[in-house]
Amino acid sequence: MTQQDGKNGKNGGDNRVICRVRLKEGVLDPQGVTILHALKQLGYNDVADVRSGKIFELSFKSEVEGDLKAKSEEICRKLLANPVIEEFEILESQ
Amino acid sequence: MRFGVVTFPGSNCDYDALMVVRDQLGEEAEFVWHKDTELQGFDCIILPGGFSYGDYLRSGAIARFSPVMESVKQFAADGGLLIGICNGFQVLLEAGLLPGAMLRNDHLRFACKHVYIRCENNDTPFSNQIEAGDVLKIPIAHAEGNFYAYDADVAELERNNQIVFRYCNAAGEITADSNPNGSVANIAGICNRAGNVLGMMPHPERASERLLGSADGLQVFQSLKAAISSRVAV
Repeated sequence: MTQQDGKNGKNGGDNRVICRVRLKEGVLDPQGVTILHALKQLGYNDVADVRSGKIFELSFKSEVEGDLKAKSEEICRKLLANPVIEEFEILESQ
Repeated sequence: MRFGVVTFPGSNCDYDALMVVRDQLGEEAEFVWHKDTELQGFDCIILPGGFSYGDYLRSGAIARFSPVMESVKQFAADGGLLIGICNGFQVLLEAGLLPGAMLRNDHLRFACKHVYIRCENNDTPFSNQIEAGDVLKIPIAHAEGNFYAYDADVAELERNNQIVFRYCNAAGEITADSNPNGSVANIAGICNRAGNVLGMMPHPERASERLLGSADGLQVFQSLKAAISSRVAV
């Protein structure tokens, strides 16, 4: 596949979507708390809070049926995030 | 009676569960590969402990989409007895068969030790051979066993007596110190509303004979046997 093919795909660009998944506000993030403690130990006393999360880069084929963003959101809802404890955001959709 | 033990890639307590049923209960048990979808003829399905799919993404998150899981859901919907132990519990949560989710242990360490749990409801197929309020000594082995659910869901679990086991101390008191992972309301095991699906983090199959340091967990399996016998009798 050439770059040209990608550009001429239904959605244009290289069809890469970045999904950010993190624990909801109010849900304890033990990793974040531990990282915060480590930062304090390193002298970064001005850091007030740390929340950890995950980033997923989805690379789609050049021809994608339907809306890329909607499809990515569906993927997040179905698999990448657990809606009980996590929230997701589509950061970049090219 | 026949027990089915589902083996996912990465399950590691499947043999333990199988052996308890065969050797301690004297009943039939067979493995069910996660790609099989035939569950007919089983009286009880066990989702064993382990690290299905390497715990990638989230514990149980990939296993819930294994081909066998559609059959497991149907089996449970038809009233079949289904128990998820440790990773099996995580799979049940991810599959939406039980409410809530698992977070990383609050202290971030892998917890591997014997703990005490109190039987809060002995009117279930998983606990009918246990005295209400009895304390069982059973091991845990997990990094993500910090049970979390919305306040409203926890209240509903309480209201419907769906909390079957809680972490406690040796005297049976529910205390913060006896909570090994930060679970809300010291929850160690819950069942669904209908009472035929149970998930628990402690490993009863690893405490099924004296040689293992405790035989308390055997009561869970004896309860299942009694429940199945009475079902057949009816």
